Amino acid sequence: MGEFGGFAGVSRLIKFIHKYGAPKRFYRLAGRLVPWFAGVTALLFVVGLYLGLYWAPPDYQQGDAYRIMFVHVPNAWMSMMAYVIMASFAATGYIWNVRLADMLAKATAPLGASFTLTALVTGSLWGKPMWGTWWVWDARLTSELILFFLYVGYMALQASIDDPRRAAHASAILAIVGVVNIPIIHYSVYWWHTLHQPASLTLTSQPKIYITMLIPLIVMSFAFMFFYFTMLLVRVRSEILVREQRTDWVRKLVGSKQ
Amino acid sequence: MRKQNKRLAFVLIGLTGVSIATWLVLTAFRHNLVFFYSPTQVLEGKAPHHGIFRLGGLVKKGSIKKNGLKTTFTVTDLRHSLVVHYTGILPDLFRQGQGVVVQGQMVGSSVFMARQVLAKHGANYMPPDVEAELKHSMAMKAKAQS
Repeated sequence: MGEFGGFAGVSRLIKFIHKYGAPKRFYRLAGRLVPWFAGVTALLFVVGLYLGLYWAPPDYQQGDAYRIMFVHVPNAWMSMMAYVIMASFAATGYIWNVRLADMLAKATAPLGASFTLTALVTGSLWGKPMWGTWWVWDARLTSELILFFLYVGYMALQASIDDPRRAAHASAILAIVGVVNIPIIHYSVYWWHTLHQPASLTLTSQPKIYITMLIPLIVMSFAFMFFYFTMLLVRVRSEILVREQRTDWVRKLVGSKQ
Repeated sequence: MRKQNKRLAFVLIGLTGVSIATWLVLTAFRHNLVFFYSPTQVLEGKAPHHGIFRLGGLVKKGSIKKNGLKTTFTVTDLRHSLVVHYTGILPDLFRQGQGVVVQGQMVGSSVFMARQVLAKHGANYMPPDVEAELKHSMAMKAKAQS
């Protein structure tokens, strides 16, 4: 019988996380990974922006204005993906008391919030000339705005409780409850009449984007994804230092740099 | 029951409960969350009779008449259509055959006075030459069929 969790597989996994997910070990591992992730991110951005702004042809209806999609769509995807990741980390930390998971969830929140805000702002900038309005209260736009408030609420709750463990527990509940919003965002364009168009890319059907426009979109999506992982590692490293500041290894580490 | 299992059960049951509650709320508000009504719904009396609402559909081909800032066009859902009057600047994507959402109210039984015109964008993105080719091949197909 494993000590943690309900299932043998899960309990073994949690044991593994406890062993290798020790903050000290992870701090070093993340430090080694950051330059690689940052390098891949920079490369993907250079290639993606070149393809998106120069190589891709203009659209038959929107001309060059559609190019904002190369920033808008990856940010909208990442806003949802980051939320699912954040809620999963928060749940792991809450259920199995994995401190590193708590820290990863906390480190994700501002990144997710900035993806959401970027998606909202770029969508608005595109909406004014194309739709004829900066903002409408349709189901897609409203549910994405709620996602932004969920991130902000999560961060506010974290900040309002001093004890890190209690802060993590309380905000984990909020993060988990907020997960119901994710399918709503995704399906809003199918469930209701919305001004926002339905997805151009789905797993089940032919893409509705021409291949020369699709390639830059995919490269830019990976660029923002790697940007997220890079920033997550950087942020979680500093979070580890703050929370472990009373331990010997952090004192040694900080002392040796002075 | 161990603490971990208790918390796992709490999270799973809680999430299920919240999902069901959300689903019930959304089902209850389904009709209020409609962003626009189609011409058929309007003619069936499903849209507000005197208040402001949004009408959505396609701009009927050849129906756009412009006189300065005044525009008259027909919005259709391919079953029924309504004539729309609008004064103001139109969005870039406003053109015939394109989806459109107009906000305003009915005057009489078949005329809609719009205060705002929003263009609805489709999910398709392609370069102009591909679109021309697509149109060409569709025309050829139609010719071959007739």
